[in-house]
Amino acid sequence: MDLDPVLLARLQFAFTVTFHIIFPSFTIGLSAFIATLLVRWMLTGREHLHRLARFWTKIFAVSFAMGVVSGIVLSYQFGTNWSRFSVVAGNVVGPLIGYEVLTAFFLEATFLGVMLFGWRRVPPWLHVMSAIFVAVGTAISAFWILAANSWMQTPVGYELRAGVAYPLDWLAIIFNPSFPYRLAHMLTATYLTTSLVVLSVGARYLLAGRHPEESRTMMRMGIGMLALLGPLQLLIGDQHGLNTLEHQPIKIAAMEAHWDGSKPGALVLFAWPDEKAEMNRFEIAIPKAGSLILKHDPNGLFPGLKSVPPADRPPLIPVFFAFRIMVGIGLLMIVAGLVGAWLWWRRRLFEARWYLWPVAHGWWLGFVAVISGWIVTETGRQPWLVHGVLRTADATSPVPAASIATTLALFVLVYGIVFAMGIYYINRLINKGPEGRAVEPPEMGTPVRPLSSAAEAGREILSPQR
Amino acid sequence: MEWYLPVIWAALIGTAVALYVILDGFDLGTGILFPYAGNERERDQMMNSVAPFWDGNETWLVLGGGGLWVAFPQAYAVVMPALYIPVIIMLLALVFRGVAFEFRWVAVTSRKYWNFAFSGGSTLAAFCQGLILGGLIQGIKVENGVFAGGPFDWATPFAGVCGLAVVTGYALLGATWLVMKTEGAVAERARGQAKALLLAVLAFMGVVSLWTPLAFEWIAARWFSTPNIYFLWPVPLVTALAALMVWRWLDAGREVPPFLASIALFLLGYLGLVISTFPYLVPPTLTIWQTAAAPASQIFMLVGTVALLPVILGYIVFVYWLFRGKVREGEGYH
Repeated sequence: MDLDPVLLARLQFAFTVTFHIIFPSFTIGLSAFIATLLVRWMLTGREHLHRLARFWTKIFAVSFAMGVVSGIVLSYQFGTNWSRFSVVAGNVVGPLIGYEVLTAFFLEATFLGVMLFGWRRVPPWLHVMSAIFVAVGTAISAFWILAANSWMQTPVGYELRAGVAYPLDWLAIIFNPSFPYRLAHMLTATYLTTSLVVLSVGARYLLAGRHPEESRTMMRMGIGMLALLGPLQLLIGDQHGLNTLEHQPIKIAAMEAHWDGSKPGALVLFAWPDEKAEMNRFEIAIPKAGSLILKHDPNGLFPGLKSVPPADRPPLIPVFFAFRIMVGIGLLMIVAGLVGAWLWWRRRLFEARWYLWPVAHGWWLGFVAVISGWIVTETGRQPWLVHGVLRTADATSPVPAASIATTLALFVLVYGIVFAMGIYYINRLINKGPEGRAVEPPEMGTPVRPLSSAAEAGREILSPQR
Repeated sequence: MEWYLPVIWAALIGTAVALYVILDGFDLGTGILFPYAGNERERDQMMNSVAPFWDGNETWLVLGGGGLWVAFPQAYAVVMPALYIPVIIMLLALVFRGVAFEFRWVAVTSRKYWNFAFSGGSTLAAFCQGLILGGLIQGIKVENGVFAGGPFDWATPFAGVCGLAVVTGYALLGATWLVMKTEGAVAERARGQAKALLLAVLAFMGVVSLWTPLAFEWIAARWFSTPNIYFLWPVPLVTALAALMVWRWLDAGREVPPFLASIALFLLGYLGLVISTFPYLVPPTLTIWQTAAAPASQIFMLVGTVALLPVILGYIVFVYWLFRGKVREGEGYH
């Protein structure tokens, strides 16, 4: 059998990176949620907040472990699968990843130990600080990795010498044209994803009549975030799209299945883009609405797919459909947030089973939206690995197809087991629910005492937690 | 090009790799010794002794790999494809043992599988790291700055011996760590294991020290030519001294010093390898200067490293200090 090493390398990387992104898109938001719970507990002393924080920390630990180990894999795959890329872009992208390790990875990994194992060892204020460090670390990590990815989409601040990129202006490289939009879009997406999971678990307990106090807190915090960030994400997404139109117009053409740039674009609700015939089949579209969104003018023009040769177009089917899935889920989240907020205002939120049931079953939607979004932006960048600089087909390692195929099978097997068990265990933790008694809330100004005696005091007032 | 930048970076990455080998060495080593524990309570104790640290320890591996890419992209682009299979297997093994830290606590009926994932993953990861080390020392076929060998070039008896040597070495670090951090039956057993492992480690160090100069002429030239030999003869002597101290302190029932002496033993072995290969990153063809990143990239990253590394080391020491002393029974968040 004749296997294409480029395709295999892409499949392998697509698989490992898709698997990985599931966990950061949960843990970035979840760490912030836990830190918020702990800070609220410090301020109010309400016990159920601490119980909730401990409960979510267990789930966080399982998710974070899967995120860490799948992330280490990626840092080596740049070399194992894309060694030509690591030479061509290494001078520019390498340091961004390096800064991610130095500013984020060590911070989160080290204080995670305190966050998980420090409940009884360290005074409460230090424990809360550790949770905040972890949350900040995950967000800093997003900053650098999105800077690196955005540079691959919109490379600036460099020069090419003998086919290798050399940095000229680091600030331009980091704050490249698509970076602010991508960072805002992705961070908001992670907070939305987590909020929906939290809301979902709250609804699940309410439906089952369990943990009423904790559920209400989760429902309120989840709905608050969705109602606030959902509409905001729509705005950010729109701006991100306009930015992409400016820098990567063909990606937009693929997202919209817009073939002919000499006519205003329609808003294609559904179609089957036919790459060979260069047209859309089974199209349902609103004429000129695409131009209205992208150019803010119903007769505005933007480049179509036909403006470049077929070899320079991204694969249409994944880009086109993933974009619709992402937007559809985004709109659903806005609806969930606004309806929830309205019910909350009418004081009917905790009894409205018609609302609780779908929300309790929709916890996974955010993950699908995040993955779809990444498929849009990464597949939409093809055939380029670094837009306009390096083609994906030219970026591979001198590794035979058989090696890649074998390791791809191993990755699928190992990740399949780990993922299935991870989901199973997280579900078990959720079924068990928040339990145990919290530590006494700290009096204001506790940490005036020396650290060691404060630690002793923290330990004394603790009740058994198992 | 400034000749000193690659030297600084080689020293920094060398330090990161050394820190990785020691820090993840003891927690992988704890995993390697996992099957020899008497019961689940003892396994809990062993796992809890490393649980707060393993994640931070593994971050040094990311820094080592990431650092190699940042500072020496040409070497990274040769080494990773050349050692493709051991690298990927190592990563997969680390996946298993990493998630085992969390899954084992939540599991009920499947706990024994996660025990196996933890010990098997730790052992396999250590073995693959040895293969990678051996694969590097024995040299990689390079043409025009690109890897030009086959997918199994690394698979030699020498690399296999290096694999076993690293497993044994990590197990020694793990055993002396357990002597320091645990008490009761776990610590007792670890003390006995440490002695046996020490002898095995010395045997492996001897084999590798004889094998490398005999098989690879550039290594023989490095050690046995004048004037090098006048400067280098203390290295094996100090190594022997460190080994002796590990043994005597173990015998004397000391708890902390055997671990520190094992670290010293490891660092000396590491120093020996550095002496054998410097300034080659990809022996026997590519040096640190040939593979270096653009000076602008190395400087940009160096500024951040100089500013941040002390902070990182500071809070890492702080966290080790927070969790100082013996592991307490039943301590954990689960």
